[in-house]
Amino acid sequence: MSNEATLHSQQEVMHGAHDHHDHEHHHEDSFISKYVFSMDHKMIAKQFLITGIVWAIIGAFFSVLFRLQLGFPDATFPWLESILGHWAKGGRISAEAYYALVTMHGTILVFFVLTAGLSGTFSNLLIPLQVGARDMASPFMNCLSYWFFFLASLVMMASLFVQTGPASGGWTMYPPLSALGDASIGSKIGVDLWLTSMALFVVSQLLGGLNYISTLLNMRTKGMAMTKMPLTIWSFFFTAVLGVLSFPVLLSGFILLLMDRHAGTSFYLSDIFIAGKALANEGGSAILYQHLFWFLGHPEVYIIILPAMGMVSEVLAVSSRKPIFGYLAMIGSLFAICILAFLVWAHHMFVTGLNPFLGAFFVLLTLLIAVPSAIKVFNWITTIWKGNINFTPASLFSIGFVSTFISGGLTGIWLGNSSIDIHLHDTMFVIAHFHIVMGVSAFFGMFAGIYHWFPKMYGRFMNSTIGYIHFWVTMIGAYLIFWPMHYEGMAGMPRRYYDVSGWASFKQFGGLNEFITIVVILVFAVQLLFVFNFFYSIFKGRKMTTQNPWNATTLEWTTPIHAGHGNWPGEIPEVYRWAYDYSKDGRDFIPQTEPIGPNESAH
Amino acid sequence: MSGFLAVLVVVLIFIVIFQIAKASEYVSILKGEKKAREQSNRINGFLLIAFLVLGLIGVYWCNDLLKGKILGESASTQGEGVDALIYVTLAITGVVFVLTQIALFWFAFKYQEKEGRKAFYFPHNNKLEVIWTVIPAIALTILVAFGLKHWFQLTSDAPKDAAVVEVTGKQFNWIFRYPGKDGQLGRRDFKAIDPANGNELGLDWNDPLNKDDFMPTELHLVVGKPVKFIIGSRDVIHDVGLPHFRMKMDAVPGIPTTLWFTPKFTTKQMQEKTGNPDFTYEISCDQMCGSGHYSMRGVIVVETQAEYDAWVAKQKSTYDLTHAAAAPAAPAADSTQKVIAAK
Repeated sequence: MSNEATLHSQQEVMHGAHDHHDHEHHHEDSFISKYVFSMDHKMIAKQFLITGIVWAIIGAFFSVLFRLQLGFPDATFPWLESILGHWAKGGRISAEAYYALVTMHGTILVFFVLTAGLSGTFSNLLIPLQVGARDMASPFMNCLSYWFFFLASLVMMASLFVQTGPASGGWTMYPPLSALGDASIGSKIGVDLWLTSMALFVVSQLLGGLNYISTLLNMRTKGMAMTKMPLTIWSFFFTAVLGVLSFPVLLSGFILLLMDRHAGTSFYLSDIFIAGKALANEGGSAILYQHLFWFLGHPEVYIIILPAMGMVSEVLAVSSRKPIFGYLAMIGSLFAICILAFLVWAHHMFVTGLNPFLGAFFVLLTLLIAVPSAIKVFNWITTIWKGNINFTPASLFSIGFVSTFISGGLTGIWLGNSSIDIHLHDTMFVIAHFHIVMGVSAFFGMFAGIYHWFPKMYGRFMNSTIGYIHFWVTMIGAYLIFWPMHYEGMAGMPRRYYDVSGWASFKQFGGLNEFITIVVILVFAVQLLFVFNFFYSIFKGRKMTTQNPWNATTLEWTTPIHAGHGNWPGEIPEVYRWAYDYSKDGRDFIPQTEPIGPNESAH
Repeated sequence: MSGFLAVLVVVLIFIVIFQIAKASEYVSILKGEKKAREQSNRINGFLLIAFLVLGLIGVYWCNDLLKGKILGESASTQGEGVDALIYVTLAITGVVFVLTQIALFWFAFKYQEKEGRKAFYFPHNNKLEVIWTVIPAIALTILVAFGLKHWFQLTSDAPKDAAVVEVTGKQFNWIFRYPGKDGQLGRRDFKAIDPANGNELGLDWNDPLNKDDFMPTELHLVVGKPVKFIIGSRDVIHDVGLPHFRMKMDAVPGIPTTLWFTPKFTTKQMQEKTGNPDFTYEISCDQMCGSGHYSMRGVIVVETQAEYDAWVAKQKSTYDLTHAAAAPAAPAADSTQKVIAAK
């Protein structure tokens, strides 16, 4: 009842306001309020996306730089010195710079691109449009959420330019390495800036997450029962819940770290002798930080992958012209993943000296996640079975997503089993595993989303020929890069090694590292092609002429091509059915807004 | 100049690709959207099936190329269990991988959009869903059971007669300490660490147990005899990685950890087995520990009891070394420390 009331008052306010400026005050949308401090969820989505793209280019470029070192440890590249200065004296990246690049690559891609850029973009864009709301529950908080993210970005960017360089202890920022400036040059001001930036980032995530949850719980249009929501919305819902419950724990861990750095506390420090003297700290536990970190860190990987899963479900259904198979099982498995995500964090810590008995439970719960994941994969495959698939760039990326999710997910079964993890922990096998399953997959989900909803965002299409080139080079390249990396890990080659040529056990992979680096450069170049296509198409892409270019059932395609703030010029449409009536009763698709006919079969 | 040219070439390639893409868009408008769509679906459908076939061949080929470069048989008895588990997991995940990838790409190819094809309305099927919930659950139960059996073996207490070695990580090398004849390690305190006087670990010289402890630069282990590592760190978190023995354990400042295993082959036997005269057992640091992380290498020599005894007989205790009249320079000269200090 109260939901209805909120909704209706919202409608009236928005509707009233709308008439108001339609008729009289057009100047209300100044440049600042329309493009900068916008409160329109669609504009905020674009802000997140474009900021995310800028970060993605930087983060990916860093990986090209450190792959150059790993692939060609003996070569010199004079141009490196011109861009990195004393960090690459004589054209060879120094070890300190290498570790700074690795750390920033991880931080940027995990948090700034695949969290803010992915769920920030699509939760913002799709939640109001697909549940039938005029905007978020609090457009102002939503605006703040972006600007906190922007501030976090500024601070992180600034840390790249300080004298002692950015943080360089790995994206997990384990103390004591990150707590002691004497332990690493990157642990001087770089870590303070990193922590500040991440604190701002957490604020941004909480503002966003609370908004997503309250919007989709309270502001669904008439008839939009929870079980009628598209899977995208369900996935954004669980993503936001994960974020809201786990980011505060991360922040607490960071605050303790900050106090260890500057207030003389010993939360994480004990028995340390460094730079020629013994420190006074005693009784702290460096492992405590890892618990706090991974309590977010593990849900974080689901924060990254769930939105991609949701969008892929939607895109596969639309392009196969079939309902998603097992809608309820899909929600159930999302829910199971969401719960289990909180119960598996210590599988990152099997070799820290964790009590083996406790470790056993984490093995069990970790491998349990494979069950809902398997259900999802089988359901996606069944969704395309006997479909009528149109290969748009979005649907190709969705198929690619399922493929990489399988490949990377299966190696998760290896690593989740603690006995195998002992051997493979912190090796290149782990790098291969998580890059395939949450790096490449999440990016594929994001690309699918961008290609699919680009027309909704900008009223134009992206060039699909470039889209196809983009997909095929990325798909082939991703496997060429990460598949052989498993073998390096099987040989025990540790991750984060600046140079393996001094090791009898690992130097046999020199040639392979070279090959991987060359593929990385190629794949990076193709991503730039995508970025170019993206920006070019905003201004010059083929124009959208119909409201519903993909013949989809969901609500976002009932809005005008260039929807203003408030999304629907008139009443918000009412919803009568679920989002997946494709090819039912001989009809290609039936929009959610069409009332159930008298002779219609049930689903 | 060559850099500039390289950039120019890349930009030119970009422009060419872009122009082709742009032109193809116009062509598709001229040809009619329907025809262009049919053509693009045919091409992509073909590419999908080609990707599947070439990909599976590639997986086989990659394995053929690289299988000789991974570690081979486990060099510890405990590691045999790990390897067995890896094979079981590989078999199960391998089958799932091949079947699901074939289904995915084959369906995508087979059910590509065709004139007159109608998609099959198939929203759910409880029987199917129960089947593919139960089968993975059973497979995973097997893996969990196997895994935990090995896990509890690997993490069990070391046998009473196991040799004991202390391994301490510091930026950026490993410090080894043997208990000497009495078989017991003496007390130490991090506040007493004094590298200038050769006391790298802060050994308490008043503790008689310390008098015979010795600190070599390489680890020597006896083949076939269980050995227990007592692991610690002097500064940041390190990790004792023993890839050949399939063992690994973090070195955490303030919290001692342990691992134990039984070496199966001597270094000499491994040199013969691998046909590599330079074969060495190495300790790698597997936890990011600072700028020298990649160079934190330790060497293990596995030998027969006789060779080991001869080696031990040659070792001088750290106490004797540091308390000799001339106070010779500390073993394991600390070059990395200087690098850090210089910054």
